[in-house]
Amino acid sequence: MIEIISESKCISCNLCVSVCPTNVFDRTSGGIPVIARQSECQTCFMCELYCPVDAMYVSPDAESAQVVDENELEQAGLLGGYREKVGWGPGRTPVAKHPYMYELTTKGAIS
Amino acid sequence: MNVVTIESAGIELEADVLVIGGGPAGTWAAISAAAEGAKVVLADKGFCGSSGATAPSGTGVWYVKPEDRLRQEAKDSRYTLGGQLADNDWMNRVLDRTYDNMNKLGAWGYPFPLNDSGDQHRRSLQGPEYMKLMRKLVLKAGVKILDHSPALELLADEHGVGGAAGVRTQKGGTWRVRAGAVVIATGGCAFLSKALGCNVLTGDGYLMAAEAGAELSGMEFSNAYAISPTFSSVTKTAYYRYASFYYEDGSIVEGAGSQRGRSVIARNLLQGRQVFASLDQAPAEIQPMLRVAQTNFFLPFDRFGIDPFKDRFPVTLRLEGTVRGTGGIHITDTDCSTKVPGLYAAGDAATRELICGGFTGGGSHNAAWAMSSGSFAGEGAARYARRLGLLKGTRRLQGLASSPLAGSTDASTAGRTEEAVRAVQAEVMPYNRNLFRTEAGLDDSLGRLDTLWQERREGAVGRDIGGVKAREATAMTATARWMYRTARLRTETRGMHKREDFPRLDESQRYRLVSSGLDDIRVRVERLAAQPATNSGSAAGTRTETNDPVTVAGLHAEATFPGSDIARYETTTAGLTGVGQENPVPSASASADQPAKEAARS
Repeated sequence: MIEIISESKCISCNLCVSVCPTNVFDRTSGGIPVIARQSECQTCFMCELYCPVDAMYVSPDAESAQVVDENELEQAGLLGGYREKVGWGPGRTPVAKHPYMYELTTKGAIS
Repeated sequence: MNVVTIESAGIELEADVLVIGGGPAGTWAAISAAAEGAKVVLADKGFCGSSGATAPSGTGVWYVKPEDRLRQEAKDSRYTLGGQLADNDWMNRVLDRTYDNMNKLGAWGYPFPLNDSGDQHRRSLQGPEYMKLMRKLVLKAGVKILDHSPALELLADEHGVGGAAGVRTQKGGTWRVRAGAVVIATGGCAFLSKALGCNVLTGDGYLMAAEAGAELSGMEFSNAYAISPTFSSVTKTAYYRYASFYYEDGSIVEGAGSQRGRSVIARNLLQGRQVFASLDQAPAEIQPMLRVAQTNFFLPFDRFGIDPFKDRFPVTLRLEGTVRGTGGIHITDTDCSTKVPGLYAAGDAATRELICGGFTGGGSHNAAWAMSSGSFAGEGAARYARRLGLLKGTRRLQGLASSPLAGSTDASTAGRTEEAVRAVQAEVMPYNRNLFRTEAGLDDSLGRLDTLWQERREGAVGRDIGGVKAREATAMTATARWMYRTARLRTETRGMHKREDFPRLDESQRYRLVSSGLDDIRVRVERLAAQPATNSGSAAGTRTETNDPVTVAGLHAEATFPGSDIARYETTTAGLTGVGQENPVPSASASADQPAKEAARS
């Protein structure tokens, strides 16, 4: 479930509020959005993927909230890690066109 | 509560075509209707571009070059697996349209990888990329998108369906769209199981369609369960073909597997024995490629510090219901129209039996079906709206919700909604109820579900977020009842439908079960043409009858009957021992990855 909106990184663009399919966040007046309904989070990682400044962290645990530490996540490269792998963001190439996508199918494997 | 106040706080729009749902099927419907010149509104429960099962995922696509041999192999590959209920003409049409649409995606900017010749390799789609592009295309086509706008009910008059009304969960108030035709593309029903991206998929479209008088088909094929780590929502089962399955002490779980061995996993879990998996059979050279091809699959492992290629991790089976099942709204013509004038269905909201019978085995067919049926429905709806012409402005439309829409949701109503959700989940999630079905178990569940349905029906539904959740619970209740009514009548094992008390396929039951109704559920038989020879290049079955239950031919003269009168159908099991054949459990070579292998060869 969604655990972190980094106060130091968030630019209050509210994109996460818009893209969340299950309406977990609320806008606030002038500030950063809040995780208003964490239990509604379906752990689909879309907010994290769309966040332009890598300010969010979704814990993979879909059932229960986790205690996480932003600094530790940052040092482990986990903040924004998914976005990087999908290849979204300035200067990145979408993973969709990665040569491995083709190579894998030539090996009779599933993509 | 003053209805006028609420209405005045809402928006009212007019369109030729209203599309409900903004996943793959809905977006294809929207751009296809717009291409026909229609004015289109698309309403999504969440956000068009991130909502639904596809956006957070990655999927293979049933993309097969138009060469006779390849196409025949593609059609044969899952025909038996699906219980021989697919339709040759529909498979052809979907293969053709999927081929065209995938080529269009390449031309429109989807970043396909390149093959050795430098051409686009169009065999799979990355969900985030695909749906981001689809949203862009929808907007470019001039379609008005209503995000965070779940529909509460369809609107209709004596001419048929003419719009829908719902709630704006972020902007507040309500929405109401009058339209010449409506496309339901709301996805399947996964019963809020948190399967990846599936919690917006609660069977809303089934309920709304049934309230309008539409039928459903194949609802017994609704017990898809995906393997997932116990600690994760990621339900990508495909990679478990590389898995070994272990007990806690490290000994092998005999017979467990991602395809035929899923039942073995379920039976162990039922007996309280945790099963662990490790993808230790993946060759080292392809491991980095697997990581790239399904980035989301590895996310939970990476974040918990697990190496899935070496470590053992606990797994469970998470219900995907009809999302990866095949049942859905019954389609009556090639334009994806339903029995109800003005109402069209596409994607997982519609039955996928037409292309894969009672088993999908993976995303590939569903993805192909979504983009094809979406296009067919969008075009069909646009043409219908055009024929309707001037009439559309003068219609006196009424809401069709089966529960009264009134008032606002208070705490006690919200509490009842949560109780109802848990009650339905308790009937459809347990493996010994839904995965392994028995007459006694189904009857037991149906008794409670029928009682729950009556309660749901009588409770008022607010035109607010609480009302949306109440309607979801009602839709889940209705979906479970259609599932189990049809499962009760199919006294055999076919496709994904498994009856413990009838473990074999009964040749005389090679037909589709078409259900309808709310309080009294009716089920009729839709018989198929004579048994085709598989793998011979001959045509698969075509439907003989669609809408006229009275003239249905074959063993069962009485094809229509009230839901309470189940006993009549017990005769279908009479010839079981004589004509039954082996349960069509897939062999290793006919597993879900078959199309991908074919694609690789082509």
